[in-house]
Amino acid sequence: MATLTAKDFKSDQEVRWCPGCGDHAVLAALQRALPKVSQALDYAKERYVVVSGIGCSSRLPYYMDTFGFHSIHGRATAISTGIKVANPWLTVWQACGDGDALAIGGNHFIHAIRRNIDINIILFNNQIYGLTKGQYSPTSKFGAITKTSPYGTVEHPFNPGSLVLGAKGTFFARSLDVMIQLNEDIMTSAALHDGTSVVEMLTNCAIFNDGAHKSLSDPAVRADRTIVLRHGEKMLFGKDNNKGLVLNGMGLRAVTVGEGGYTIDDILTHDAHSDNMGIHMMLAEMKGPDMPVALGVIRDVKDVTYDDGVRDQVKDIMKTSKIHCVDDLLRSGSTWEVK
Amino acid sequence: MQHKVIDTKDVVIRFAGDSGDGMQLTGSLFADMSAIYGNGLSTFPDYPAEIRAPKGTVSGVSGFQVHIGTDKVTTPGDFCDLLVAMNPAALKANAKWCKRNAMILVDDSAFDEANMKKAGFTTDNPFLELGVEDRTLIVAPITELTQESLKDSGMDQKSIVKCKNMFTLGMACYIYSRPLEHIYQYLERKFSKKHPEVIAPNKKVLNDGFNYAANIQAIPNTYAVEPSGNVKKGIYRNITGNQAAAWGLLAASEKSGLPLFCGSYPITPATAILEELAIHKSLGAKTLQAEDEIAGICTAIGASFAGNLAVTTTSGPGVSLKSEALGLAVMTELPLVVIDVQRGGPSTGLPTKTEQTDLNQALYGRNGECPMPVIASHSPAHCFDAAFQAAKIALEHMTPVMLLSEGFLGNGSEPWCIPSMSDYPEIKPPYAKAPEDGSKFHPFERNPETMVRNWAVPGQKGLEHRVGGLEKNHNGVLSTDPANHALMVEERAKKVALIANSIPELEVMGPQSGKLLVVGWGGTYGHLYTACQEMKEEGTEVSYAHFDYINPLPKNTEEVFSKFEKILVCELNSGQFANYLRGEFPQFNFIKFGKVQGQPFLVSELMDAFKKEL
Repeated sequence: MATLTAKDFKSDQEVRWCPGCGDHAVLAALQRALPKVSQALDYAKERYVVVSGIGCSSRLPYYMDTFGFHSIHGRATAISTGIKVANPWLTVWQACGDGDALAIGGNHFIHAIRRNIDINIILFNNQIYGLTKGQYSPTSKFGAITKTSPYGTVEHPFNPGSLVLGAKGTFFARSLDVMIQLNEDIMTSAALHDGTSVVEMLTNCAIFNDGAHKSLSDPAVRADRTIVLRHGEKMLFGKDNNKGLVLNGMGLRAVTVGEGGYTIDDILTHDAHSDNMGIHMMLAEMKGPDMPVALGVIRDVKDVTYDDGVRDQVKDIMKTSKIHCVDDLLRSGSTWEVK
Repeated sequence: MQHKVIDTKDVVIRFAGDSGDGMQLTGSLFADMSAIYGNGLSTFPDYPAEIRAPKGTVSGVSGFQVHIGTDKVTTPGDFCDLLVAMNPAALKANAKWCKRNAMILVDDSAFDEANMKKAGFTTDNPFLELGVEDRTLIVAPITELTQESLKDSGMDQKSIVKCKNMFTLGMACYIYSRPLEHIYQYLERKFSKKHPEVIAPNKKVLNDGFNYAANIQAIPNTYAVEPSGNVKKGIYRNITGNQAAAWGLLAASEKSGLPLFCGSYPITPATAILEELAIHKSLGAKTLQAEDEIAGICTAIGASFAGNLAVTTTSGPGVSLKSEALGLAVMTELPLVVIDVQRGGPSTGLPTKTEQTDLNQALYGRNGECPMPVIASHSPAHCFDAAFQAAKIALEHMTPVMLLSEGFLGNGSEPWCIPSMSDYPEIKPPYAKAPEDGSKFHPFERNPETMVRNWAVPGQKGLEHRVGGLEKNHNGVLSTDPANHALMVEERAKKVALIANSIPELEVMGPQSGKLLVVGWGGTYGHLYTACQEMKEEGTEVSYAHFDYINPLPKNTEEVFSKFEKILVCELNSGQFANYLRGEFPQFNFIKFGKVQGQPFLVSELMDAFKKEL
């Protein structure tokens, strides 16, 4: 099979996101990740299906030269589910925004995760409704001032990570739109994971919520305010890579190595494959000012997938059933003959 | 008193009791046994929405009507020859369904003061109070007799009392000269693995009921409904509409060579289709019990995109939730079968009762110019062919198809002469081929004769393309060009209209022209047919046309209508089909005859309506 490149995944359609929109970078990362995934898994391009709902980020399938389905608001996860269960040979990617996945599509989102369907969901989280021009979303910060909350919202936002883990998610990763190399790695890990992979991309909406993630993405402070977790590596962060996470009673604490008696041996090592949800939940929920926001693959554990379960059940029952065709079915059970 | 066995053409029996009295089972057993005996039959379960409504109350009464005949029977019967009432509430709720000369069998043990009060009787003579004191009354202490019959069975009291329905069934079998063997066989089949200990007591109580009826003097005559032998030769089975619909889909899956995918959410009275499909994984059927109605249809649309025969099953409120996704299926031009087993509406309405009130929703209930083929099943067994046809149209014309069934059909049953799959046509979807010159595939280019686009199932090299809810041009590229939108709207409508070339023409039963044409659609067929037959027996031939295909209408519809002065449109709604026909053919004189009571038509009321227009 010819080696695929990012160019093979670019469609001939003009990309129509606003200049400065974070979605451009996420698209680029996906187009760079898929050739790698294709090589690792020996996948041809025609195996890919890219699905989306409605919203700015949901235009993504038009920009990918793969099979694509731009569906209706909130329902991408249900469409993806149907595609994967109907034909598990296909590999499904889904693009959806914070409103699409967590408001109108919240139900489908949590149930896909609960079933652990083998799909890859990129959740573009810009904390705003962009396509409808600036209303608050389920991830907008408490008090956010938007067109529909001129005096500030009075509702608590979702943390997508805790939602995914609360639904017993098997894969959750988080990143910033601008970190293209990390995003390429995360998307590759998501593709290699069997089950529902959720990748939360903190994206910038240059028009309606510019700078929403600036406190994390600004190169001047990023190293101190975020921590990139890698499986098997020490949980270290900071400009000088000398800050780390330690267990402190029932929770986590950020410390500086060499200060307060903490040595490198005290710093936790990230285990994304641990079944233990507790520490992954604590990592997903970390926030400033005291703690860094966790980026990278936070959780990546094995569990049975729904699509495999459905397929295996059909196979098993085909073997044991006496009904092999519709004529058998029609004549099964109670019948009588009129002569 | 001299006992006589009277031969009769047909009888109607209505079993009624508390929700927990097992009346649905008793009625089904009586029906199955009669089917195997060779009778024509039709059944009508009439049950409350509550699983176990307050015991002894009128709202908790569950009924099952079965009509058996020497020949084919097409309705469950308007009124009954025998009413079985297991408590005062059952008598109160059902006395109105008794013929003038009916027998009424009641369990005297249940007619105590408390139950009489719960049923709202104010005197101690319920028969007089209901005005049925002149019927043949069979007052038997059924619960006590059942207890006596099983006192040495070793069963606990609660289980013993539960067997009273079998005692009652034994009595009914005596009255209608039914052999008990088939019920014995049923009991053995059902209980031999898990509860073999209950087989003997049930057989005993059934037999004791039969003998008790034979011994008391309260039953003046018994009846025999002997099969005429005029039925088509073949292998038969009894089938409900929901089961037949599920099997029709499996047949379409086999004939198209496509795996069946059903994404559905449980809803009365459609759930049994999902349950039935869930059993038949050996035929490759995948069922997904979705998190909601919307996910039901959206998973099905995804499965369709991925190349399966995709189905979603629901009832009226579910269709409402699915509307936006139906539009998506129309826009993406993907094959999809939507089965709406209609119930009483609007809103939650009357979940367990039957109506034809979703026709407007099926035809129009979407945003935009959004045409969708609509077909209807006309009897329980016909649900098989209707589901097969719905799938064939969907797959060959690349469109969602709405199949309208009804609670009356879904839960009702009739004997069915089992067809052979070799008699059914192959289903051939229009698969796309990748352009040989390596150029881009254009997903919305159409076959100029049918206006159908080709199906490019993911996984095939060179066919990569995008579909979606946004308007596109033939190349599959987004377009807001006014002329393109107008063209695509026109082409989608034309595609649906052209399906008329692939469906059978409308047939008229009776005179082919004249003063009055009776028109019906869907599950009213049996009643309308019987009403026409009875009119004929009375000496008046009525012309009758029944529509299985609603959108598009059969090609000769206008020609048929033009031969009649008046067209009487009978339907279980306020005139939705009549309004639709008026819109299509404003030149004709349509008269509405509607009924919206959550109940099927009565043959008698149809005959009255016909006579009024003749």
